Amino acid sequence: MEGKILKLSFMESWGIRKMMKKVLIIFAHPARAHSKINNALRAAVENLEGVTINDLYANYPDFLIDVKREQALCENNDVIIFQHPFYWYSTPAIMKEWLDVVLTHGWAYGSKGNALKDKIFMQVITGGGDENTYQKDGGNLFTIGELTSPYQAVANLCSMKWLPPFTVLGIHRGLSDDKISYHKENYRRLIIALRDETLDIDSARQEKYCNSNLDEDIRRV
Amino acid sequence: MEVFLMQLFVFLTAAIIAVPIANKLGLGSVLGYLIAGIVIGPFGLSLVGQVEEVMTFTEFGIVMMLFLVGLELDPKLLWQMRIPILGVGGTQVILSSAVIGTVSLIFFPWQEALSIGLILSLSSTALVLHTLKEKGLMNTTSGRSIFSVLLFQDIAVIPMLALMPLLATMSVNDTSNAEHMIFDINALPGYLHLIVALLAVILIFFTGKFICTPVFRIIAMTKVREIFVAAAIALVIGASLLMDLVGLSEALGAFLAGVVLADSEYRHELESDLEPFKGLLLGIFFISIGASLNLTLIGDRILLIVGLTLGLIVLKGLVLVFTGFVFKMKGKELSLFTIALAQGGEFAFILFQFSRTNGILSNEIIEPLISAVAISMFIAPLLFKAYEKINANKQVEEKEEPISDGIEESGHKVILAGFGRLGTDIGRLLISSGIKPVIIDNDVANIEVLRKFGFKVYYGDITRNDLLKSAGADEAELLIITMSDIDTTIKIVELAKKHYPHLKIVANAADIEGQYKLIELGVSKIRRETFGTSLSMGGDALQALGIEPYQAYRMMRIFSKIDDEMISELFERFKESEESYIYTYQQHMENLEEIIALEMKFDVEGIDKAWTVYNPDK
Repeated sequence: MEGKILKLSFMESWGIRKMMKKVLIIFAHPARAHSKINNALRAAVENLEGVTINDLYANYPDFLIDVKREQALCENNDVIIFQHPFYWYSTPAIMKEWLDVVLTHGWAYGSKGNALKDKIFMQVITGGGDENTYQKDGGNLFTIGELTSPYQAVANLCSMKWLPPFTVLGIHRGLSDDKISYHKENYRRLIIALRDETLDIDSARQEKYCNSNLDEDIRRV
Repeated sequence: MEVFLMQLFVFLTAAIIAVPIANKLGLGSVLGYLIAGIVIGPFGLSLVGQVEEVMTFTEFGIVMMLFLVGLELDPKLLWQMRIPILGVGGTQVILSSAVIGTVSLIFFPWQEALSIGLILSLSSTALVLHTLKEKGLMNTTSGRSIFSVLLFQDIAVIPMLALMPLLATMSVNDTSNAEHMIFDINALPGYLHLIVALLAVILIFFTGKFICTPVFRIIAMTKVREIFVAAAIALVIGASLLMDLVGLSEALGAFLAGVVLADSEYRHELESDLEPFKGLLLGIFFISIGASLNLTLIGDRILLIVGLTLGLIVLKGLVLVFTGFVFKMKGKELSLFTIALAQGGEFAFILFQFSRTNGILSNEIIEPLISAVAISMFIAPLLFKAYEKINANKQVEEKEEPISDGIEESGHKVILAGFGRLGTDIGRLLISSGIKPVIIDNDVANIEVLRKFGFKVYYGDITRNDLLKSAGADEAELLIITMSDIDTTIKIVELAKKHYPHLKIVANAADIEGQYKLIELGVSKIRRETFGTSLSMGGDALQALGIEPYQAYRMMRIFSKIDDEMISELFERFKESEESYIYTYQQHMENLEEIIALEMKFDVEGIDKAWTVYNPDK
């Protein structure tokens, strides 16, 4: 109840139309200065109306996460995105810490924990290996879908609507500037579609990656 | 003069010989004093005369003891204890008087029986509190119950003194007891008597609350220690004189004065200043009890006196068991409660004396009873010993839980020495973590300011062993030293290492040389005073230059870690020679830059490679 009131007044004060969904991008990269792709992706959405970037390493260099602040941020947004490099088939360490301390019983899950209910959850992953390494017979033995299944389970336990990850793979072979611009534009389109509710959630859920078939999944308005 | 010194010498020597022996035999110091008394008394070596006088004088030790007990109990805690004091204490005194009185009724008329009952219901505050403190049982639940009863008894003496003259059956043969100095309270009518007594109590409160602290502050400023000691003793004497003047118990007056000052910043200073005087006076008091034991009388009427003693202990014991039972004590608690209070007390000597001069009891009755009381006081330490023996076997069964809520001193496990710029923030951190340290500072002006902000800071010179002791060094776990002056720090560390080797030490040093000195003394937790701030400011600077917060934070941490590791090697060089020290220091400074650059590079590369398993380096 309180969250709702806060949300309305916040939105009104910024003059945002009430129809717009609000997007929270939780960003984690321990050495941003060295990250070309993640910085580029972030730059593509950073200044969008209704989008908040929450840089975990910058906000909590000592890993002491402010649980109250993080929970309030989640409550005030409708879409929660984890943007991060795919370290050891998972997130950078601070994101795991975030899950451990922020998603508390009675808030995120449990019989009374429904703060995240019906919010949309999605990962934005940059991976060094190519698409073909993430196969049963590829070097990484498992598909991205299989490797990100723990996050699908997290979303499920918190009654969130899970979307397949937005993936940019093979970046260690080096991506051409064209490729990078292409991913940037897709990321921007997807975030806007999520914000303006023009993404066909049901068909997007069927895709391998959220960015596999954006032209089809985003409704033209 | 020579006679006085001779007597003093005999008393002290007797104590010096007897107490260590008694302690060695595990009998406790009280029994040692008592035995020393018999040995030097008229029935032993006959080395002392005028025992009665000595006893009257040293009774003042009890007054001091109650002042010190009061110092440890602030009014809030006393209020919390009102139920045990009135309930348990009241039940014990009334029941004991009734039972002993009823038994006496077989032999004597009711007036005498009642007086005997009242007098014998009292236990020995001096002996029991001394023993409880010695055995560290003061702050256990049973210790509290026992103390409550003793306190009630001490208060009960006042109405007894007022009531007993009404029981007089014989004509009073001497009227010389009205020898008060300024005026005779008994000359006043009853209601005025009450008002004057009340005013005296209010005066003690007023003095303690509003006059003592500023006076102590002025005295502390002079930094002449003996003046402070003099003020402390004068305070106790003044309070008890005032009480005496209005016909109240001296011990009660001192106790009240103590309670009023329990909150004062000079509490630990007062404690450590009075402690030795109290100990000495009480010791001599116990010796004089031993010396006053009339062995001839006991020898002549051995059966009667043994019977009286046993009867006294058994009757009081039964009442105590019943009382404890009513107030839901059980097991160890109940047994300690019973054996601790089943004896006669020093107030019995005073009251018997009083009843003799007031024509209530005759000498024939008093003499054997006094002997029985004295013997029961001999037996009490033995009972404590037996209790310990029995419980040593089943110790694990139920441990006496020390109470930590009310009495701060014993709840504290940490002593914080120095509450200046450094100490204040440490104190704030500890307090907000639920740890209440005993904070000692010697800057009077600083204490005054901090007290206004609600910090419980005590005045005292922590480089003194007795103050360290009264701050609780025996029970404390940790000593935090935050002195700006390294020589003071060293003094405290040496003192703590010598007398309290169990104490963990956390200390600061102004600079690296101070740190080396403390390393040499074996202190393992040393922080350079400004190092933390330097690091944080360095981190801020790095961030201000655009370095990411996480990178800046890591650089800070790495720098601090390397610096920490460097210290032990630098210390070795420092001991060797100046040249080798300076050389090593410079080497390290050069290396540091390199090491940090490497660490940072490794860090980034390591992370980057971690997720490129199958496409390393393209």
